Amino acid sequence: MNVIVEREKGLLELEQRIAALKAQAAQQPVDMGGVIEALEAKYAEIQHEVFGTMTAWQRVNMARHPKRPLGTDYLAALDQFDELHGDRHFHDDHAIVGGFAKLRGRRVMAIAQDKGRDTREKVMRNFGMPAPEGYRKVTRLVALAAHLGLPVVTFIDTNGADPGIGSEERAQAEAIAQALYELADARIPIVATVIGEGGSGGALALGLADRVLMLEHSVYSVASPEGAAAILWGDAARAEEAASRLRLTSDDLLHFGIIDEIVGEPVGGAHRDSAGTVARVLDAVDAALDTLVKVPLADLLDRRYAKFRRIGAPPS
Amino acid sequence: MPEWLRLRRAQPIPAEDAAQWTKCPKCSEMIYRPDLAANLWVCTKCQHHFRMHAFDRISMLVDADFTEIGGDLLPGDPLGWTDKVPYPQKLQRDREKSKLTEGVVCGFASIGGFPVALGVMDFNFRGGTMGTVVGERIAQLFERARERRVPCVVFTASGGARMEEGMLALMQMAKTTLAVRRFHDDGGYYISVLTDPTTGGVSASFAFQADVIVAEARASIGFAGRRVIEQTIRQKLPDNFQTAEFLLEKGALDSVVERRDLKPLLMRLLDYGVGAKQASNGHATVTAPTSSESRA
Repeated sequence: MNVIVEREKGLLELEQRIAALKAQAAQQPVDMGGVIEALEAKYAEIQHEVFGTMTAWQRVNMARHPKRPLGTDYLAALDQFDELHGDRHFHDDHAIVGGFAKLRGRRVMAIAQDKGRDTREKVMRNFGMPAPEGYRKVTRLVALAAHLGLPVVTFIDTNGADPGIGSEERAQAEAIAQALYELADARIPIVATVIGEGGSGGALALGLADRVLMLEHSVYSVASPEGAAAILWGDAARAEEAASRLRLTSDDLLHFGIIDEIVGEPVGGAHRDSAGTVARVLDAVDAALDTLVKVPLADLLDRRYAKFRRIGAPPS
Repeated sequence: MPEWLRLRRAQPIPAEDAAQWTKCPKCSEMIYRPDLAANLWVCTKCQHHFRMHAFDRISMLVDADFTEIGGDLLPGDPLGWTDKVPYPQKLQRDREKSKLTEGVVCGFASIGGFPVALGVMDFNFRGGTMGTVVGERIAQLFERARERRVPCVVFTASGGARMEEGMLALMQMAKTTLAVRRFHDDGGYYISVLTDPTTGGVSASFAFQADVIVAEARASIGFAGRRVIEQTIRQKLPDNFQTAEFLLEKGALDSVVERRDLKPLLMRLLDYGVGAKQASNGHATVTAPTSSESRA
């Protein structure tokens, strides 16, 4: 059960009551201003209590909120999007969607992970866990983008790469390694944004970028909290404890220099204003590209190298 | 020459480890340790390949000397990690147990007369997991190999990214990838040898980015851990799943070899990759334009 969904229930009820009272007040001569004001004050208080400070585990749940904007919501908000399917070898992986796009008028290659909204779509998208074909699609589209001089923008949201027999048979590790290898020297600017969950190497395969953005309540970690708990203590049920130790929140990662910028969310989370949140992310990506396209190519690649090279390097 | 290499050269296994009997984890045969060492840490009965200590591996491979680089890089505790014990204590325990300072030993040596940059991971140190120091040492190895214009040979053995260093550990996948890519694009030749086990963030970065990818016989190789997959699909996996032989059949590896055949194979692979360039460079005294590209 999603702890944020649980916590926001009371708030949603209160919201409905306030709305109902307001509607009633508009039709009646009785002054209900005092009552409404009191309820609104109560609402603000609870809201502050619920969302004022969130634990790492609550952030994980916010990142997994069933109404949170998904990768394809960002693609749908672009000026234009023409999907390019498949890895040209085996399959079209629907956990990763990519194609030509226009972002605020600029031609780009847009690539997004998507977990699926309803059950049918979740199954179709394998719950956002890409198979090797998904990563090979990334490699192919990044190479195409570089060939045409199109900047690459990625939207990261996955619990991790697909852990299945077929994925291992078709060399999941090789597919991720090659996506990273392609991004490492792709001769175009790359902007990555973590919009929900950034789980493990399956997320990083879209994250080797010149600028890395993160939505405020998204998370980005070395393994999903469940995966980390299983690896460390052989017990996936200790996910909450793992989440508290992994330092996976946007402010932690900004502090460590792993991400470059946090895009704020409305109080209560991105889903309280999905369209507004998506627009703010796209604006931030556009602003990042504005800066990056002016950087000479050789400098861009040197800076990309240096950006990751210094993470965990001894102080010089 | 490092002290450990001198010792291993003087006798097959260090005195403190000698005269012990070891049980083969595969066939349960009791083996006299000096015999095991003499047999390259391969079971004398069932041919099971024991996981090798990095020092033994290096001693087995290199012609004479080995010059370590990055050995002075030691891990900190960036996350202030504590679970049952604080992370620095786990590191200390593994340092004592393994006599290693981290999960990889990197340096320069020659193999069969070919100068190489050599990296050897060791599962005895935190399961060969990649944290900041492993990533840094590997990146430095490729950078130095690029400067020296020598091929790079890396032996992988890893459980993946190191949880206790969080995202800083995951980012080493990006760092090592960038270093491998620069090395390669500048004409470098890279051979990876996947040994038991090679999984997670290491297999999904430099292990699978080599020009030639070789694996030791029966090594376990994959991305997701076997247990994770079994839990996800709720069924038992076949025994050969995620073995080197399985991946060879699926087309993911260039070659799988028994340990005794490894060094001769490496020498042939180095000869194809470096020998051709040396030969054409010799020829280039006549055809001047290519001599400036000499990398012998």
